[in-house]
Formats: sequence, C-alpha cells, structure tokens
Amino acid sequence: MTQDELKGLEVAKSVDARGTACPGPLLEAKKAIGTISTGDIMEILSADEGTRVDIPKWCTKKGHEYLGSVEESGFFKIFMKKNK
Amino acid sequence: MTELEQNVEQQIKQLQEEVAQLKSKIEAVENTNKDQLSMAVVSGDMDKILATMVIALAAAAMDTEVKLFFSFWSLSALRDKNKTAPNKNLISKMFGMMLPKGRNKLKLSKLNMAGMGPMMIKSLMKKQNVLSLDEMFKQADELGVEITICEMSMNLMGFKKEEMIDYSHLRYAGAATFVGDAGESSAQLFI
Repeated sequence: MTQDELKGLEVAKSVDARGTACPGPLLEAKKAIGTISTGDIMEILSADEGTRVDIPKWCTKKGHEYLGSVEESGFFKIFMKKNK
Repeated sequence: MTELEQNVEQQIKQLQEEVAQLKSKIEAVENTNKDQLSMAVVSGDMDKILATMVIALAAAAMDTEVKLFFSFWSLSALRDKNKTAPNKNLISKMFGMMLPKGRNKLKLSKLNMAGMGPMMIKSLMKKQNVLSLDEMFKQADELGVEITICEMSMNLMGFKKEEMIDYSHLRYAGAATFVGDAGESSAQLFI
C-alpha cells in the first residue's frame, strides 16, 4: 500500500502505545485485537522503532495482514487487518 | 482351530502391537516443537532478569506458551519484599540478608556502582517508557507466563515458599520438569 492509501484507511481501532517501549506496544496490540472483528483494520501508534519491525512478525505468525506503516513526527502508525 | 487360523491370529496380534507402538511414537513427535519457549533463568542480575521478562512478554504476546524455570541466584528476584519466612536456621538467615530481597533490589552485572547503576537504569527506563519489573511481572501473570521455582536450589539458598511473590502461575518442581518442558519447546534459552 502507498503512504496515501495507508493514510486514507478507515480504522476500526486505534491503539495509542506511544507511552510504552518494547514490548509494550505488542502487548497492547494483542489485547486490542480481541476487541475488533475479522476484516477490521487496526492502527498501532508507537514511538518505538522496534515495534515497526515486530508487528509484521506478529501478523505473519497470527495470520493477520500487515498493511504498512506511516512515519509521523516522533512516532509511527502501523496498520494491520485482522484476518481471523 | 487350525494351524492357519492360529498363525493369522498371531500375525494380527503382532500388527496391533506395532500399530500401538507407532501411535505412541507419533504422539511423542507431535509433542515436540510445540509453540513454546522454555527459559532456564539462573542469573540474579537485574539486567538478566529484565531481558528474561522482555523476551517472555514478547513471546507471550505472540501467543507462544512461555515457561520460565528459576533457579539459584535468580530466585532473589522472586522474593516478596514484604514477606518473611519463619524458623530459618542461621545460614539461611545470613543468605537471606546478603541476597537481594525482591526484584527491585537486584544488582546490575556491570556498572552496579554500589547501587547507583540500578537507580540510573530505573530512571532511564521510566523516562523511556520501558515497563518496570513490577509491571512486567504483572503482565506476565495476566498472559499466563508460567514460573517454576527449582525447589532444590530454593532450599539450598535457604529461601522458603512463604517468602516468594504472589503469582498465580507459580509452581515448584525439579530439574526434570525443565528438561521435560524444554524437550517439547521449539525454543530454549539459558540465562
């Protein structure tokens, strides 16, 4: 997905994990994924660079779709789609 | 019964036994390489316990089953600072006094500087939003990370069950438990 496409996505849930470092964002993402439905898109806000690499790994393992990430000022928006 | 019938019966019996053997072998194979992480935690340094908990939490967040086996120096990290155990002998009391009482009293393996190092690390962790050890243990408990205390080394160090932390997935066992768990895990670490 292009940066513009990512920015235009309609997200069902936004997880603001900027207040926590690794592995905090992953833990918050794990908790949040249970609250959305299959097919929903979730964004994770993280100031932790490692999380940008970790979330795709988590998606691959859990069978979710990693859509991409956008860099904002001082943090990242990481997008994923719940597949099951 | 004719000889032929007897022969056939015996062969069927043999086959059944072989099938049963194969079945148990397959079950054993299926039990290995579970999506499970086993860690033998022996060090009691703050940095090593931090690493243990970060890796454990990341694995648990990825739905990997996590089993931590705490032994020797690492047991200091599982002491509850508010608890005391009765009826200790002199050596146990001395050990208890000399070893850190709980995860917040642990020393760094490097740059400890008589307690300055851990203080600095803790303030840095707070500043950079890293979860505190207290918070990590709480999350680990919520995620079902299992902690096993090596009973033999606990007795050796003079610690007692009464002074260990409240943790719902805490159990006591021996080295064979670790060997068993590690054998079925897809990843094993020694810290």
